Amino acid sequence: MSKEDVLTLDYWCSPFCMRVKIGLTEKGVAYESREEEDLFGEKSELLLKSNPIYQKVPVLLHNGKPLSESMIILSYIDEQWPSPPLLPSCAYARAQARFWADYIDKKLFEAVCGIWRSQGEAVEVAKKGFIEVLKVLEGALGEKDFFCGDTFGYVDIVAIPITIWFLASERYGNFQVETECPKFAAWIKRCLQRESVSKVLTDPEKIYGFVGVARKMQGIE
Amino acid sequence: MEEVKLLGQWPSPFTYRVIWALKIKGIPYEFVADDVTNKSPSLLKCNPVHKKIPVLVHGEKPICESMIIVEYLDEVWPQNPLLPSDPQERAVARFWAKFADDKGPSIWDMFRGTGEALEQAKKATLEMLQAAIEDHGLGDKKFFGGDQIGIADIAFGSIIHWLTFIQVAVGVNLLETHRFPRLLGWLQNFQQVPEIQENLPDWEETAAFFTGRREVLLKSTWPPRRQ
Repeated sequence: MSKEDVLTLDYWCSPFCMRVKIGLTEKGVAYESREEEDLFGEKSELLLKSNPIYQKVPVLLHNGKPLSESMIILSYIDEQWPSPPLLPSCAYARAQARFWADYIDKKLFEAVCGIWRSQGEAVEVAKKGFIEVLKVLEGALGEKDFFCGDTFGYVDIVAIPITIWFLASERYGNFQVETECPKFAAWIKRCLQRESVSKVLTDPEKIYGFVGVARKMQGIE
Repeated sequence: MEEVKLLGQWPSPFTYRVIWALKIKGIPYEFVADDVTNKSPSLLKCNPVHKKIPVLVHGEKPICESMIIVEYLDEVWPQNPLLPSDPQERAVARFWAKFADDKGPSIWDMFRGTGEALEQAKKATLEMLQAAIEDHGLGDKKFFGGDQIGIADIAFGSIIHWLTFIQVAVGVNLLETHRFPRLLGWLQNFQQVPEIQENLPDWEETAAFFTGRREVLLKSTWPPRRQ
């Protein structure tokens, strides 16, 4: 593969940034990752220039051309470097994959964070909502190893980085995903066996620490 | 050729996104009207997760979510493409279509809102229009898709055309010519595309519908509306 200029603008705990890096790694594309040191304070000039609309990470710069929005970047990665494919070849299966990726993107991160952001009775409500989402995803998974069949792909990449946030919610919510949704837990384990995933994902213990600080700052007990 | 059915509803803007894509591509289909106040068993079977229209049924296969349906149509029927072929340009088109979906709901917040909530929704809508069309997205192009309409035009079309109804219902005028010259030029071009022009809901009837709906909404106390 010829050397191309591929740069990602990142933040260490962002599951959305991890989607992009897993995608690039799966495709064997070499990239440079640049951490936004002060994402919630003074954003870098490059970020502001590359993503003036949302001013968020991830951003992918390919030969200087910026793209933002993690799922759109992932589709771009799949189209720009077609092998191995992340989406199925059949149009209907692709539509199904996009549907589940969209569902995960809209529901999963909000649902898991809702638990550690809550206190008192609200925790149980948030937990129930989160497990309902996981049950729907277990239905989508069915008996398959991955969301689109035998092969790790687009939908798995959209979902797996969010799971590093599960540990914090399990501890603050006093439950375990393995007990409540064993099929989903098994899918997580399968994904973690992939080098692209284990290499890119941040340690969930670090996320737990970060959540502890965030809760203190927000006055959550 | 497998049969194509569209489960949809007048005057849902999301239904019209799919109708426009079907018409642009010249795909024959059967329209099946669904009643959102009394969802049919076939809708609930085809879209058990969200229970919403539109749903496209191709043969026996249901596809849900309007922009996912539009991309599916574009892949299966490649004539009159709605997405460019270059991956970078496709990503930019998808970005603006997603922006329309992410920010577009502010028009519905306007429709349902009163007082402070209405003011916030108006502000959000103006910001969306400014960013997408006046400042960043459209540039000097006739359409987001260039000379022909594409997915971003379809996404924005369903928002901005419906904003014209919501303005009447709420009694405001956000689409001022001096403020949004590019936007109004784009809207006129969009509405003049034959497949769009021939497939818009009747303006008077739809404006009256939304005006009536807002009156009912403001009188009722449930569900609690944004204040």
